[in-house]
Parts: sequence; C-alpha cells; structure tokens
Amino acid sequence: MQSPLPIYPEQASNFAPHVDALLIFITGICLLFGAIITTAIVFCFFKYHRKEAGAVGIVTYEDPLVEVAWIVAPLILAMVMFAWGAIVYVDYRNAPRDTLDIYVVGKQWMWKAQQPNGLKEINELHVPVGRDIRLILASEDVIHDFFVPAFRVKMDVVPGHYNTMWFRPTKPGRYHFFCSQYCGTNHAVMGGWVTVMEPTDYAAWLSGVSGGEANPVAAGEKLFAEKSCVTCHLANGTGRAPSLNGLYGGQVLLADGSTVTADDAYIRESILQANAKIVARYQPLMPNYQGQLTEEQIFALIAYIKSLQSQPVPATGSGIAPVSEKK
Amino acid sequence: MNNTPPTPSYEPPRDHYLISAGGHIRSWLLTTDHKRIALLYLISVTVFFFIGGVFATMIRIHLLTPDGVLVTPETYNKLFTMHGVAMIFFFLIPSIPAVLGNFLIPMMIGAKDLAFPKINLLSWYIYLIGGSFVLYSFSTGGLDTGWTFYTPLSSIYSNSAVTPAVLGIFINGFSSILTGLNFIVTIHTMRAPGMTWFRLPLFVWSHYATSLVMILGTPVVAITLLLAGLERMFHLGFFNPAMGGDPILFQHLFWFYSHPAVYIMVLPAMGVVSEIIPTFARKPIFGYSFIAASSIAIAVIGFLVWAHHMFVTGESTYAALTFSFLSYLVAIPSAVKVFNWTATLYKGSISWDAPMLYALGFIGLFTIGGLTGLFLACLGLDIHIHDTYFVIAHFHYIMVGGAVMGYVGGLHYWWPKITGRLYPEALSHFAAIVLFLGFNLTFFPQFILGYLGMPRRYHSYPPEFQVLNVLSTAGASILALGYLLPMAYLSWSMRYGKVAGPNPWPATGLEWKTDSPPPTENFHVTPVVDWEPYDYRNRPDLGLAAGAPLAPAHSDD
Repeated sequence: MQSPLPIYPEQASNFAPHVDALLIFITGICLLFGAIITTAIVFCFFKYHRKEAGAVGIVTYEDPLVEVAWIVAPLILAMVMFAWGAIVYVDYRNAPRDTLDIYVVGKQWMWKAQQPNGLKEINELHVPVGRDIRLILASEDVIHDFFVPAFRVKMDVVPGHYNTMWFRPTKPGRYHFFCSQYCGTNHAVMGGWVTVMEPTDYAAWLSGVSGGEANPVAAGEKLFAEKSCVTCHLANGTGRAPSLNGLYGGQVLLADGSTVTADDAYIRESILQANAKIVARYQPLMPNYQGQLTEEQIFALIAYIKSLQSQPVPATGSGIAPVSEKK
Repeated sequence: MNNTPPTPSYEPPRDHYLISAGGHIRSWLLTTDHKRIALLYLISVTVFFFIGGVFATMIRIHLLTPDGVLVTPETYNKLFTMHGVAMIFFFLIPSIPAVLGNFLIPMMIGAKDLAFPKINLLSWYIYLIGGSFVLYSFSTGGLDTGWTFYTPLSSIYSNSAVTPAVLGIFINGFSSILTGLNFIVTIHTMRAPGMTWFRLPLFVWSHYATSLVMILGTPVVAITLLLAGLERMFHLGFFNPAMGGDPILFQHLFWFYSHPAVYIMVLPAMGVVSEIIPTFARKPIFGYSFIAASSIAIAVIGFLVWAHHMFVTGESTYAALTFSFLSYLVAIPSAVKVFNWTATLYKGSISWDAPMLYALGFIGLFTIGGLTGLFLACLGLDIHIHDTYFVIAHFHYIMVGGAVMGYVGGLHYWWPKITGRLYPEALSHFAAIVLFLGFNLTFFPQFILGYLGMPRRYHSYPPEFQVLNVLSTAGASILALGYLLPMAYLSWSMRYGKVAGPNPWPATGLEWKTDSPPPTENFHVTPVVDWEPYDYRNRPDLGLAAGAPLAPAHSDD
C-alpha cells in the first residue's frame, strides 16, 4: 500500500537504482546552481536596493575570463551528465543474450501479452524475478507506450515497427504499468499490473493456468498452411522460395549483396512487405501480406519459423523450451 | 516617504498614434501603423489566452479526484488538446514578437515603421483566418489528438475535427513567417544613424534570432501538418504504416519545428528581461556581446536537438546519443544569459518596480525550467520521465514561468509607452508575487508526480497521485488570480492611470526618447545615436541626479 503522499517510486528492476542515481546526481548539481543563482539575486536585490531617486549603478567591467569560466564549468558538468546517462541508455537499448521473450500487443485500449508457452494475458503481465525479460512490442493501430514506473523503463509501441525493451525484475510484487503515449479516448485507463513472481511460482502459474490456449508454434504452423506459405517455402529448399529451416537468428544474403540478421523485425517485414528485401538467387514472387494478418498472427508465424531450427518440421509444435529457472 | 518632493506631472501629448488617425473602426482595421497592429495583436492573443486559460482551468478542476470530477474522457482529451493548440500556436508564439516586438522594434532602432507595413497588417489577418479555422474546429466537434498531432492517431483514428485545425495552423504559419521576415529586413535596413549592430538593444537581438527560427522552421511544421491533413482527407499514405507510411517520420518533421518553436516563445522573453534588468539596476548589462551571441547560438543549435523528443520511439542508439549531446550543448547559452543577468545586478541601483519583480521571477522560473531540461536530455533518465508529468512541469516552467512571465513583465515595462499611462503600483507588486507563488504551487508538484510515474494526458489516475494533483489545482486557482489582476488593472489604467511622461523609469532606449504614447511616425525628428547601450553614466538627458531622495516616478499614493 502506497502512502498518501509518496515522493519516490518503488525500485523493482535492475535499471531502477541506476536511473535513481542519475536523478540524485543531476538534482544535486541543479540545486547547487540554483542555490548560487538564488543567493546572488536575493543578496543583490536587498544589498543594492536603490536609496536615492537619481542613483545609478556602478559600472562593472566584464572580464572575458569570467565569461569563459561560466561557459566551461557548466559544459563539463553537462558532459558528465550526458556520458552517465548514455551508459545507462546503451545498456537499456541492448538486451543481453538469453532473455525470456514475451510478445506484447497494444491496441486501443488494451494490452495483450503472450508468454513463451502461448499463454495469453490481457492488461496483466507475469514475469519471474531475477530473469532478463525482453518485451517485443507491436501495435495494432496507433502509437502506444509500455511504461512500468517501478522498473524506470518505457518504450513506444509503434505500428509498423517492432520495438523491444528489456529489464530484470529484482523484487517480487505487483506494479502498475501504464500506456504513456497518448492514444485516444481511453488512453488513461489503458494500463494494468506487472506481477513479479518467484521463478517457481512463475513456472507453476504458467502450467497452472491452462484453458486451451493455442500453442503459438502450432498456431503458426496452421497459419503457414492456410496462407499457402508452405507451397513455396519448402523445407528441403527446392521450392520457389527459400527454406525457412534454421533461418531465425542467422545471416541472410540478399540479392543486392548485403546481409541481414533474420530477427523478428526482418521476418515481420518479409511477411508484410515481401519485396522489401529479396533473398539472393530468388525471384520476387511473394505477395505482400500487409493488412491481412493481425499482429498476433504474425507473432505466431514468427514463433513457428523460430521453431524450425535446421530440424525436420516437427509434427506438433513444441519448439520453445519450457522456461527454466536458471539465472 | 512623506517628505518626497512632488514628482513632475506630465500632460499627455496632444497628438499620438492612438488618436491621430481617428477612432473609427476602419482606422484600426486598415491601419499599417506597427503600433496599432501591435494593439490588434494584443487584443487577439489575449482572447486566445483567455480561451486556453478556460480549458486549463477545467483540466485542473477535473483532476481533483482520481476518477475526474468534471468531464468525460472524450471531453478531457479535447480540453488538453485545445488548451495546447490555443496557447502554443495562437498565444505563446505570437505574444511577445507580434505585440511587443511589433510595437518596439521600429522604435528601438529609430525607424518610422517596419520595412513592410502592409505585410505586417496582412500577417495579422492571416493570423485571424488561421485562428478562425481553429475556433471552428473547437466548436464543431473539438480536437482530441493532442497538440502534437501524432500520426496515425490524428490522420486516421481520431473522430474529431482535425482537418480544420491543421488547416488553421498551416495558415497561421504564414503569419509567423511574414512577421519574422519583416523583422529581419527592418533590423538590417532601417536602423537610425549611429545605431550600429552592437548598439542594438538586446531585445532586438533576441527578436532577430527568433525571426530566423520563424522563417526557417515554420514552413516545415506547416507542410507536415498539411501532409497529415492530406492523409486524413485523401488517404495518401505518408505516415500510416498500413499504407506504407512511417509514423516516426511525422515526429521527426513535427519536432524539427516544434522544438525550435520553444525558442520562438522564450527568446523574446529573454529579450524583455535583458531590457528590464539594466533599466531597473541602472547600469549597463553585463556581457552584452555574450548575451547577444547566445541568442543566435540558441537559434542555431536549437535546430539540431529535435529528436530528443523521441528517445523512446525506438530511434537508433547513435541518433539518441547525438541528440542528447546536442541538447546539453544548447543549455549552455541559456546558462550564459542567466549568469550575465545576475552579474548585472551586482553593484546596481536596484529598484523594486513591478517589471523588475517579473524579470527576477522570470530568472527564477526559467532557471528551474532550464535545469530540469538537463534531466530530460539525460538519456538514462528520460527512459523513465519521458511522457510523464515531469515533462509537463518542465515545459510549463519554460513557457509559462519563462515566456508568459516575460510577456507580462514586458507589458508592465512598456505599458507607459504604449498607453501613456502608469499602472497602479501596489497592485502590480501584489500581482507579481501572486503569479510567482501560484505558478510554483501549480507546477512544482508535477515534477514529483512525473517521477512517481504519472503519465501525461490522463483523465483519471491511481489514487496515490491525488494529493499532489490537489496541490497543483490549488496552485492553479492562485495562478488564475495572478493573471486576472493585471488584465483588470492594466485595462483600468488605460483611462484612469497617472500620465506617464516620455520616460518614467528612466530607461536608455530610443523608444523612451519620444512621447508616450508616441506619434504615428514614432519620432518628431530622426534620432541619431551616439551612446552605447544601457549607458547611464553619459546620458545627462535622462535627468538623473544622485542625491535626490527616492521617489518612484509612478508613485500613485
């Protein structure tokens, strides 16, 4: 329970102490500058108050050295702020390896999250404590923003893009998450709760909440057949389109000679705008699926493609390993 | 002060710009006199300030309780959008340049008018036409996109009257461009003999810098909003990803103008403060050339920081690093100004007149606004405080604490010149203090709210944020009084105020070397400048005599 007048949000992620340290550092510098300026003004205001109607001030000649000093000193402090802030930000924008990936879709005005085993949540997000979590964010309509104040992180959710954010929850509990990019009528109520659980509780929760949730790999495999992808993308590489076995995470040589990493964003783009990047030695034959798939269907297709790791296509998808408790 | 000798009493000049062309409405609507046009702007921006202020009041009342007390979510979203559009595009951007700048720049440089008097009138009409479109939007469905018009919300999903609003802002942009053009040409070509560049009042320097931003930036936002309008009307896919567009492109184009637009709002206020402080400290401003150069530096670097509004859009890390670095650089010239203003007070002869209180209030609030900009420019902090109430507090400190304080202070300072009358002194002191305290109580709690994680543009909020919201609303009611008071007594003083005389403070600028109110042609003879700016030592014409007991020129008791 929060106190009625909180002045400091809870710290519940690996980033929270760093962001708070930055806050304290910059606040300290600013208080110092503010105190100097305020003292000087208040002192002069009273000390040099005009006593005689015709009095004029005493001309003080400016010294270029003074000007240089008060240009250089703030500049140095500003550069420290810049560098420190940059270190935290670069860490935030580069997720570590071996993250627990959760797909999150924002739409007016709700959040849908999909756990690795296909379990879906609405306006709730359950994560294990101590594990690096990566959210892959997609929007069905306008720009949203996934913001967890207790974690001190946010990221815009932009239609047409995949943005990712990561954090490592450090304290079990329930924390607000908000939409912090204005998205229309019910923007203010487009939020929910992140539940940070002990890993064992999380595993139990994952297996305990069933209810016929479609396995994303199975759902993707079904879509792969329904949308006729399977007619060209033959597993053995003899089709009109490249085989997708072992594609995910690898390097793809393109027709223009460049290479690209086959990550979520690349696969998404190749489905929706098939001709944006053509694989070397293949013809641009594939139709665009822009507007024909929901973000969740794209997630399912990606999950299915991810599962095709140089193996014969499994009959029933179970390509994503169950979540382990390793740190 | 019972023994003070009677201050000289003045008769108003027999002929001046307010009466010489007659009082007929046509003589106002067809005037090409920059001073009359300034008054036309004064009336019209005050109307928009009032409209925007009513929206702000409703917002603050609504947020008294977590679930909101006043309006539906749809209406709330329209309130903050229309508050932003009215205040930014139709009050803050034109306020100081088009009112005070219009009135004063020709007088400060010793010219009869601006270089293009008819274009000056045209820009007021363009402003009115643009404003009419926007008011049409407000009254026929309202506008709920946020003043930032982010796509695809504005171009596809919003059900409100977006099209007339973006057209209105597009049209209004030309008013801004023409005003900037007029100022630049006037400053270059119409300076009186002896008025060299480094004898220009710093108010003129800051307006020169402002005009550069107006001319170079405004076309970009005009075209950007037009593209969003075209996407909405004709389904052309500029920004909508479903049609191959990119919503992030809109943000780049929008902020390319809208960040520099902050400097359109605050640079002129800095110019006002740079006039007030030497006048009421009666000594030359400290670091004239550094203050002048910092205005230009702000205008130039200000164009290179726009994507600091986009650190969490997924822009590349390298872009974010660059824009964070440049954002810290742009803080330096602002700091230079604050240091030089403060140093000017040292060993001055400081009067406590209302314009000085406003100017010092400006320094206090602008310093807080500027320093909190350092938090937002910091990449690692911005991932937390971006799009929260911290941002709201920060930019209100700059735009309201800074720009509006400067505007109100400037109105007080030049009110005797504009109207020939002095405002009531005690009331003006009271209003300045009320404004300062009310402002801080309104917006300081919002810094804390933001760090706690309350996002902006929320019509309802979790209960733990209530106390700070109530404090903010309480402050807003004091702040409202702080604005209504000057509106009331300044209007009153136009008829009943004490006659001011040509130079009541006295001040050193050319505008004070002519009648109050000035004649239509500003000066009876073209002035020749043979003194340095803000020099009180070598100006016997100011009539200052050390040893005379203190008697404020406008004492009205």
